[in-house]
Amino acid sequence: MAGGKEIRNKIKSVQNTRKITRAMEMVAASKMRKAQARMKAARPYGEKIRNVTAHLAQALLDYAHPFLTKRAQVKRVGIIVVTTDKGLCGGLNTNVLRTAVNQMKAWQQAGIDVDVTAIGNKGFGFMQRTGGRVVSHVVQLGDTPHLDKLIGPVKVMLDAYQAGQIDELHIVYTRFINTMKQEPVMEQLLPVPADRMKPVSDHPFEYIYEPAPEVVIDDLLVRYIEALVYQAVSENIASEQSARMVAMKAASDNAGTVIDELKLVYNKTRQAAITKELSEIVAGAAAV
Amino acid sequence: MTMHVDVVSAEEQIYSGTAEFLAAPGEMGEIGVLPRHAPLLTRIKAGALRIKVANSNDEEVLVYVSGGILEVQPHVVTVLADTAIRGSDLDEAKALEAKKLAEEALANRSGSMDYASAQAELAQAVAQLAAIKKLRNRA
Repeated sequence: MAGGKEIRNKIKSVQNTRKITRAMEMVAASKMRKAQARMKAARPYGEKIRNVTAHLAQALLDYAHPFLTKRAQVKRVGIIVVTTDKGLCGGLNTNVLRTAVNQMKAWQQAGIDVDVTAIGNKGFGFMQRTGGRVVSHVVQLGDTPHLDKLIGPVKVMLDAYQAGQIDELHIVYTRFINTMKQEPVMEQLLPVPADRMKPVSDHPFEYIYEPAPEVVIDDLLVRYIEALVYQAVSENIASEQSARMVAMKAASDNAGTVIDELKLVYNKTRQAAITKELSEIVAGAAAV
Repeated sequence: MTMHVDVVSAEEQIYSGTAEFLAAPGEMGEIGVLPRHAPLLTRIKAGALRIKVANSNDEEVLVYVSGGILEVQPHVVTVLADTAIRGSDLDEAKALEAKKLAEEALANRSGSMDYASAQAELAQAVAQLAAIKKLRNRA
Protein backbone atom coordinates (compact mmCIF):
# COMPACT_ATOMS: atom_id res chain seq x y z
CA MET A 1 0.00 0.00 0.00
CA ALA A 2 2.43 2.59 -1.27
CA GLY A 3 1.65 6.17 -0.36
CA GLY A 4 -1.31 5.25 1.83
CA LYS A 5 0.30 6.44 5.03
CA GLU A 6 1.64 9.60 3.47
CA ILE A 7 -1.78 10.55 2.19
CA ARG A 8 -3.32 9.88 5.59
CA ASN A 9 -0.77 12.14 7.21
CA LYS A 10 -1.39 14.83 4.63
CA ILE A 11 -5.15 14.66 5.26
CA LYS A 12 -4.56 15.00 8.96
CA SER A 13 -2.34 18.03 8.50
CA VAL A 14 -4.88 19.77 6.24
CA GLN A 15 -7.58 18.99 8.81
CA ASN A 16 -5.49 20.65 11.48
CA THR A 17 -5.01 23.68 9.28
CA ARG A 18 -8.73 23.87 8.74
CA LYS A 19 -9.32 23.80 12.47
CA ILE A 20 -7.05 26.83 12.84
CA THR A 21 -8.58 28.80 9.98
CA ARG A 22 -12.08 28.03 11.31
CA ALA A 23 -11.13 29.31 14.74
CA MET A 24 -9.58 32.43 13.25
CA GLU A 25 -12.70 33.01 11.21
CA MET A 26 -14.88 32.89 14.28
CA VAL A 27 -12.54 35.10 16.30
CA ALA A 28 -12.50 37.65 13.48
CA ALA A 29 -16.30 37.57 13.25
CA SER A 30 -16.74 38.44 16.90
CA LYS A 31 -13.99 41.05 16.82
CA MET A 32 -15.56 42.59 13.75
CA ARG A 33 -18.82 43.25 15.56
CA LYS A 34 -16.99 45.00 18.36
CA ALA A 35 -14.86 46.98 15.93
CA GLN A 36 -17.96 48.12 14.07
CA ALA A 37 -19.54 49.29 17.30
CA ARG A 38 -16.40 51.25 18.15
CA MET A 39 -16.33 52.76 14.70
CA LYS A 40 -19.88 54.00 15.16
CA ALA A 41 -19.15 55.27 18.66
CA ALA A 42 -16.38 57.46 17.30
CA ARG A 43 -18.64 59.21 14.82
CA PRO A 44 -20.56 61.70 16.97
CA TYR A 45 -17.34 63.30 18.24
CA GLY A 46 -16.00 63.89 14.73
CA GLU A 47 -19.35 65.21 13.55
CA LYS A 48 -19.73 67.56 16.46
CA ILE A 49 -16.22 68.90 16.21
CA ARG A 50 -16.68 69.44 12.49
CA ASN A 51 -19.86 71.42 13.09
CA VAL A 52 -18.31 73.63 15.73
CA THR A 53 -15.16 74.18 13.71
CA ALA A 54 -17.16 75.04 10.60
CA HIS A 55 -19.11 77.54 12.61
CA LEU A 56 -15.95 79.06 14.01
CA ALA A 57 -14.26 79.28 10.63
CA GLN A 58 -17.35 81.10 9.45
CA ALA A 59 -17.36 83.55 12.33
CA LEU A 60 -13.62 84.20 12.30
CA LEU A 61 -13.14 85.29 8.74
CA ASP A 62 -10.30 87.66 9.57
CA TYR A 63 -8.31 84.97 11.38
CA ALA A 64 -6.75 82.80 8.73
CA HIS A 65 -5.65 79.67 10.51
CA PRO A 66 -2.87 77.86 8.61
CA PHE A 67 -4.89 74.64 8.75
CA LEU A 68 -7.61 76.28 6.70
CA THR A 69 -5.55 78.18 4.14
CA LYS A 70 -4.38 76.59 0.96
CA ARG A 71 -0.75 77.13 0.06
CA ALA A 72 0.13 78.46 -3.34
CA GLN A 73 3.04 76.13 -3.90
CA VAL A 74 3.27 72.54 -2.78
CA LYS A 75 6.86 71.33 -2.42
CA ARG A 76 6.52 68.52 0.08
CA VAL A 77 3.51 66.59 1.28
CA GLY A 78 2.85 64.32 4.23
CA ILE A 79 0.95 61.10 3.97
CA ILE A 80 -0.43 59.00 6.81
CA VAL A 81 -0.66 55.37 5.77
CA VAL A 82 -2.99 53.27 7.90
CA THR A 83 -2.46 49.52 7.68
CA THR A 84 -2.98 46.55 9.94
CA ASP A 85 -0.48 45.09 12.39
CA LYS A 86 -1.07 41.50 11.38
CA GLY A 87 -1.41 39.72 8.07
CA LEU A 88 -3.79 36.98 6.95
CA CYS A 89 -6.45 39.43 5.89
CA GLY A 90 -6.53 39.00 2.12
CA GLY A 91 -5.55 41.90 -0.07
CA LEU A 92 -6.39 44.61 2.44
CA ASN A 93 -2.92 46.00 3.04
CA THR A 94 -1.79 45.43 -0.52
CA ASN A 95 -4.63 47.56 -1.80
CA VAL A 96 -3.96 50.38 0.66
CA LEU A 97 -0.24 50.38 -0.05
CA ARG A 98 -0.85 50.30 -3.78
CA THR A 99 -3.06 53.38 -3.52
CA ALA A 100 -0.38 55.09 -1.46
CA VAL A 101 2.52 54.12 -3.72
CA ASN A 102 0.71 55.18 -6.89
CA GLN A 103 0.00 58.57 -5.38
CA MET A 104 3.53 58.92 -4.05
CA LYS A 105 4.94 58.10 -7.46
CA ALA A 106 2.70 60.70 -9.07
CA TRP A 107 3.94 63.28 -6.56
CA GLN A 108 7.53 62.32 -7.15
CA GLN A 109 7.09 62.79 -10.87
CA ALA A 110 5.65 66.22 -10.19
CA GLY A 111 8.77 67.04 -8.17
CA ILE A 112 7.06 66.85 -4.79
CA ASP A 113 8.79 65.12 -1.90
CA VAL A 114 6.85 62.85 0.43
CA ASP A 115 7.05 62.30 4.18
CA VAL A 116 5.34 59.25 5.58
CA THR A 117 3.68 58.51 8.89
CA ALA A 118 3.02 54.80 9.15
CA ILE A 119 0.26 53.49 11.38
CA GLY A 120 0.39 49.71 11.63
CA ASN A 121 3.17 47.18 11.29
CA LYS A 122 2.53 46.17 7.69
CA GLY A 123 2.76 49.64 6.26
CA PHE A 124 5.73 50.52 8.46
CA GLY A 125 7.64 47.43 7.36
CA PHE A 126 6.81 48.08 3.74
CA MET A 127 7.90 51.70 3.84
CA GLN A 128 11.10 50.73 5.63
CA ARG A 129 11.90 48.08 3.06
CA THR A 130 11.17 50.24 0.06
CA GLY A 131 12.89 53.30 1.45
CA GLY A 132 10.06 55.72 2.19
CA ARG A 133 10.94 58.68 4.40
CA VAL A 134 9.12 57.64 7.55
CA VAL A 135 9.04 60.59 9.94
CA SER A 136 6.91 58.90 12.57
CA HIS A 137 5.16 55.63 13.08
CA VAL A 138 3.02 53.74 15.54
CA VAL A 139 2.55 49.99 15.63
CA GLN A 140 0.77 47.46 17.83
CA LEU A 141 -2.40 49.45 18.36
CA GLY A 142 -4.32 46.30 19.23
CA ASP A 143 -8.02 45.73 18.77
CA THR A 144 -9.03 48.76 20.78
CA PRO A 145 -7.06 51.71 19.45
CA HIS A 146 -6.46 54.56 21.86
CA LEU A 147 -6.13 58.15 20.81
CA ASP A 148 -3.27 58.40 23.28
CA LYS A 149 -0.96 56.49 21.00
CA LEU A 150 -1.88 58.49 17.93
CA ILE A 151 -1.30 61.97 19.35
CA GLY A 152 2.50 61.87 19.08
CA PRO A 153 2.90 60.57 15.52
CA VAL A 154 0.15 62.85 14.22
CA LYS A 155 1.63 65.85 16.01
CA VAL A 156 4.92 65.31 14.18
CA MET A 157 3.04 65.87 10.93
CA LEU A 158 0.97 68.76 12.25
CA ASP A 159 4.12 70.49 13.52
CA ALA A 160 5.82 69.94 10.19
CA TYR A 161 2.81 71.48 8.48
CA GLN A 162 2.80 74.50 10.75
CA ALA A 163 6.53 74.95 10.35
CA GLY A 164 6.08 74.92 6.59
CA GLN A 165 8.05 71.73 6.07
CA ILE A 166 5.08 70.09 4.42
CA ASP A 167 2.35 71.88 2.51
CA GLU A 168 -0.35 69.22 2.48
CA LEU A 169 -1.31 66.26 4.60
CA HIS A 170 -3.17 63.23 3.31
CA ILE A 171 -4.36 59.99 4.81
CA VAL A 172 -4.77 56.58 3.17
CA TYR A 173 -6.81 53.88 4.87
CA THR A 174 -9.37 51.19 4.18
CA ARG A 175 -12.94 52.38 4.40
CA PHE A 176 -15.39 49.90 5.81
CA ILE A 177 -18.44 49.67 3.54
CA ASN A 178 -19.86 46.35 4.66
CA THR A 179 -18.67 42.92 5.71
CA MET A 180 -17.92 41.88 2.15
CA LYS A 181 -16.65 45.16 0.82
CA GLN A 182 -13.84 47.43 1.96
CA GLU A 183 -12.06 49.88 -0.23
CA PRO A 184 -8.86 51.88 0.05
CA VAL A 185 -9.46 55.62 0.12
CA MET A 186 -7.27 58.64 0.21
CA GLU A 187 -8.41 61.86 1.85
CA GLN A 188 -6.89 65.25 2.32
CA LEU A 189 -6.55 66.28 5.95
CA LEU A 190 -4.65 69.56 5.62
CA PRO A 191 -5.43 72.14 4.57
CA VAL A 192 -8.97 71.21 5.57
CA PRO A 193 -10.93 71.02 2.29
CA ALA A 194 -13.37 73.91 1.95
CA ASP A 195 -16.42 71.71 1.43
CA ARG A 196 -15.83 70.13 4.84
CA MET A 197 -16.08 73.54 6.41
CA LYS A 198 -19.48 74.44 5.04
CA PRO A 199 -21.60 76.45 7.44
CA VAL A 200 -23.99 74.28 9.37
CA SER A 201 -26.83 76.59 10.37
CA ASP A 202 -28.53 79.25 8.31
CA HIS A 203 -29.30 81.58 11.19
CA PRO A 204 -26.01 83.05 12.30
CA PHE A 205 -25.14 83.52 15.93
CA GLU A 206 -22.01 84.35 17.84
CA TYR A 207 -20.46 82.38 20.65
CA ILE A 208 -19.02 83.80 23.81
CA TYR A 209 -15.44 82.58 23.80
CA GLU A 210 -13.33 81.73 26.76
CA PRO A 211 -10.46 82.53 26.74
CA ALA A 212 -10.19 83.79 23.14
CA PRO A 213 -11.57 82.52 19.83
CA GLU A 214 -8.10 81.98 18.34
CA VAL A 215 -7.07 79.71 21.20
CA VAL A 216 -10.26 77.71 21.01
CA ILE A 217 -10.07 77.23 17.25
CA ASP A 218 -6.42 76.11 17.50
CA ASP A 219 -7.40 73.45 19.98
CA LEU A 220 -10.41 72.42 17.98
CA LEU A 221 -8.57 72.02 14.70
CA VAL A 222 -5.88 69.81 16.22
CA ARG A 223 -8.56 67.66 17.79
CA TYR A 224 -10.50 67.61 14.55
CA ILE A 225 -7.54 66.18 12.64
CA GLU A 226 -6.88 63.69 15.40
CA ALA A 227 -10.52 62.65 15.39
CA LEU A 228 -10.33 62.07 11.63
CA VAL A 229 -7.20 59.96 12.02
CA TYR A 230 -8.78 58.04 14.87
CA GLN A 231 -11.88 57.46 12.78
CA ALA A 232 -9.71 56.17 9.93
CA VAL A 233 -7.87 53.84 12.29
CA SER A 234 -11.07 52.42 13.75
CA GLU A 235 -12.54 51.93 10.27
CA ASN A 236 -9.34 50.21 9.28
CA ILE A 237 -9.64 47.80 12.19
CA ALA A 238 -13.25 46.98 11.32
CA SER A 239 -12.14 46.41 7.72
CA GLU A 240 -9.25 44.24 8.87
CA GLN A 241 -11.47 41.97 10.92
CA SER A 242 -14.07 41.52 8.21
CA ALA A 243 -11.42 40.97 5.54
CA ARG A 244 -9.78 38.39 7.78
CA MET A 245 -13.10 36.72 8.39
CA VAL A 246 -13.74 36.41 4.65
CA ALA A 247 -10.18 35.26 3.95
CA MET A 248 -10.31 32.63 6.67
CA LYS A 249 -13.68 31.40 5.51
CA ALA A 250 -12.26 30.96 2.02
CA ALA A 251 -9.25 29.16 3.48
CA SER A 252 -11.49 26.78 5.46
CA ASP A 253 -13.55 26.07 2.34
CA ASN A 254 -10.39 25.41 0.36
CA ALA A 255 -9.12 23.06 3.04
CA GLY A 256 -12.42 21.17 2.75
CA THR A 257 -11.94 20.77 -1.00
CA VAL A 258 -8.36 19.64 -0.56
CA ILE A 259 -9.41 17.07 2.04
CA ASP A 260 -12.10 15.70 -0.29
CA GLU A 261 -9.61 15.37 -3.13
CA LEU A 262 -7.04 13.69 -0.92
CA LYS A 263 -9.63 11.25 0.43
CA LEU A 264 -10.54 10.26 -3.09
CA VAL A 265 -6.91 9.59 -3.94
CA TYR A 266 -6.45 7.69 -0.70
CA ASN A 267 -9.44 5.43 -1.33
CA LYS A 268 -8.34 4.80 -4.89
CA THR A 269 -4.85 3.73 -3.80
CA ARG A 270 -6.31 1.57 -1.07
CA GLN A 271 -8.66 -0.13 -3.48
CA ALA A 272 -5.91 -0.63 -6.04
CA ALA A 273 -3.75 -2.24 -3.37
CA ILE A 274 -6.55 -4.59 -2.30
CA THR A 275 -7.28 -5.59 -5.88
CA LYS A 276 -3.62 -6.24 -6.48
CA GLU A 277 -3.31 -8.38 -3.36
CA LEU A 278 -6.45 -10.33 -4.23
CA SER A 279 -5.25 -11.08 -7.74
CA GLU A 280 -1.91 -12.18 -6.33
CA ILE A 281 -3.64 -14.59 -3.92
CA VAL A 282 -5.89 -15.94 -6.66
CA ALA A 283 -2.92 -16.37 -8.98
CA GLY A 284 -1.00 -18.06 -6.17
CA ALA A 285 -3.88 -20.45 -5.44
CA ALA A 286 -4.21 -21.31 -9.15
CA ALA A 287 -0.54 -22.12 -9.34
CA VAL A 288 -0.72 -24.65 -6.48
CA MET B 1 -37.28 73.77 31.23
CA THR B 2 -34.59 71.30 30.26
CA MET B 3 -31.68 70.99 27.90
CA HIS B 4 -29.97 68.11 26.19
CA VAL B 5 -26.49 67.17 27.35
CA ASP B 6 -24.05 65.09 25.32
CA VAL B 7 -20.62 64.14 26.56
CA VAL B 8 -18.64 62.59 23.74
CA SER B 9 -15.02 61.61 23.35
CA ALA B 10 -13.20 60.47 20.24
CA GLU B 11 -13.50 56.91 21.42
CA GLU B 12 -17.02 56.69 22.75
CA GLN B 13 -20.19 58.42 23.86
CA ILE B 14 -19.80 58.97 27.56
CA TYR B 15 -23.14 60.46 28.53
CA SER B 16 -26.32 61.53 26.81
CA GLY B 17 -29.55 62.74 28.37
CA THR B 18 -31.70 65.69 29.39
CA ALA B 19 -30.68 67.87 32.25
CA GLU B 20 -31.82 70.84 34.29
CA PHE B 21 -28.40 72.11 35.17
CA LEU B 22 -24.78 71.44 34.40
CA ALA B 23 -21.60 72.54 36.13
CA ALA B 24 -18.27 72.26 34.36
CA PRO B 25 -14.67 73.14 35.26
CA GLY B 26 -14.04 75.90 32.73
CA GLU B 27 -10.56 77.12 32.05
CA MET B 28 -11.39 80.53 33.50
CA GLY B 29 -13.32 79.07 36.42
CA GLU B 30 -16.28 76.89 37.25
CA ILE B 31 -19.19 77.37 34.85
CA GLY B 32 -22.83 76.71 35.61
CA VAL B 33 -25.17 76.24 32.69
CA LEU B 34 -28.93 76.46 32.85
CA PRO B 35 -31.28 75.94 29.89
CA ARG B 36 -31.40 78.88 27.44
CA HIS B 37 -27.86 79.88 28.21
CA ALA B 38 -26.24 82.11 25.59
CA PRO B 39 -24.03 80.30 23.06
CA LEU B 40 -20.64 79.72 24.64
CA LEU B 41 -17.48 77.96 23.63
CA THR B 42 -14.73 77.31 26.12
CA ARG B 43 -11.96 74.98 27.05
CA ILE B 44 -12.43 72.94 30.18
CA LYS B 45 -9.89 71.64 32.61
CA ALA B 46 -9.63 68.17 34.04
CA GLY B 47 -12.35 67.66 36.59
CA ALA B 48 -15.87 66.46 37.18
CA LEU B 49 -18.94 67.55 35.26
CA ARG B 50 -21.97 67.77 37.49
CA ILE B 51 -25.19 67.07 35.61
CA LYS B 52 -28.55 67.48 37.31
CA VAL B 53 -30.80 64.99 35.55
CA ALA B 54 -34.20 66.29 34.42
CA ASN B 55 -37.42 65.03 36.04
CA SER B 56 -35.69 63.40 38.93
CA ASN B 57 -35.46 64.11 42.61
CA ASP B 58 -32.30 66.16 42.43
CA GLU B 59 -30.41 63.20 41.01
CA GLU B 60 -26.93 64.21 39.97
CA VAL B 61 -24.58 62.49 37.62
CA LEU B 62 -20.86 63.01 37.93
CA VAL B 63 -18.78 62.54 34.81
CA TYR B 64 -15.03 62.86 35.06
CA VAL B 65 -13.26 64.36 32.07
CA SER B 66 -9.57 64.97 31.60
CA GLY B 67 -10.18 68.22 29.75
CA GLY B 68 -11.77 69.15 26.47
CA ILE B 69 -14.09 71.72 24.99
CA LEU B 70 -17.54 72.75 26.12
CA GLU B 71 -20.07 74.04 23.63
CA VAL B 72 -23.26 75.59 24.90
CA GLN B 73 -26.29 76.35 22.79
CA PRO B 74 -29.67 77.38 24.25
CA HIS B 75 -31.04 73.85 24.44
CA VAL B 76 -28.05 71.66 23.69
CA VAL B 77 -24.83 71.34 25.63
CA THR B 78 -22.01 69.31 24.15
CA VAL B 79 -18.83 68.38 25.92
CA LEU B 80 -16.06 67.26 23.59
CA ALA B 81 -14.06 65.37 26.16
CA ASP B 82 -10.44 64.36 25.90
CA THR B 83 -9.90 60.74 26.74
CA ALA B 84 -6.22 61.23 27.16
CA ILE B 85 -4.62 63.44 29.71
CA ARG B 86 -3.21 66.24 27.63
CA GLY B 87 -1.19 69.34 27.85
CA SER B 88 1.11 71.05 25.41
CA ASP B 89 4.16 69.66 27.24
CA LEU B 90 2.79 66.15 27.27
CA ASP B 91 1.82 66.31 23.60
CA GLU B 92 5.22 67.70 22.77
CA ALA B 93 6.89 64.85 24.65
CA LYS B 94 4.81 62.35 22.72
CA ALA B 95 5.73 63.95 19.41
CA LEU B 96 9.40 63.97 20.33
CA GLU B 97 9.26 60.33 21.27
CA ALA B 98 7.59 59.46 17.98
CA LYS B 99 10.23 61.43 16.10
CA LYS B 100 13.04 59.69 17.95
CA LEU B 101 11.59 56.28 17.15
CA ALA B 102 11.31 57.16 13.50
CA GLU B 103 14.85 58.50 13.36
CA GLU B 104 16.20 55.34 14.93
CA ALA B 105 14.37 53.30 12.34
CA LEU B 106 15.59 55.59 9.59
CA ALA B 107 19.18 55.25 10.72
CA ASN B 108 19.06 51.56 9.95
CA ARG B 109 18.84 52.11 6.25
CA SER B 110 19.81 54.58 3.61
CA GLY B 111 18.78 55.80 0.18
CA SER B 112 15.55 57.22 -1.08
CA MET B 113 12.24 55.56 -1.82
CA ASP B 114 12.70 52.81 -4.34
CA TYR B 115 9.46 52.94 -6.31
CA ALA B 116 10.43 50.14 -8.65
CA SER B 117 10.95 47.63 -5.86
CA ALA B 118 7.85 48.91 -4.06
CA GLN B 119 5.72 48.34 -7.11
CA ALA B 120 7.34 45.00 -7.84
CA GLU B 121 6.57 43.84 -4.33
CA LEU B 122 2.98 44.98 -4.60
CA ALA B 123 2.56 43.43 -8.04
CA GLN B 124 3.75 40.14 -6.63
CA ALA B 125 1.20 40.32 -3.81
CA VAL B 126 -1.54 41.18 -6.29
CA ALA B 127 -0.57 38.25 -8.50
CA GLN B 128 -0.70 35.93 -5.52
CA LEU B 129 -4.15 37.15 -4.62
CA ALA B 130 -5.35 36.76 -8.18
CA ALA B 131 -4.02 33.20 -8.24
CA ILE B 132 -5.83 32.39 -5.01
CA LYS B 133 -9.03 33.82 -6.42
CA LYS B 134 -8.70 31.76 -9.58
CA LEU B 135 -8.10 28.67 -7.51
CA ARG B 136 -11.18 29.38 -5.47
CA ASN B 137 -13.39 29.87 -8.51
CA ARG B 138 -12.20 26.61 -9.99
CA ALA B 139 -12.98 24.65 -6.86
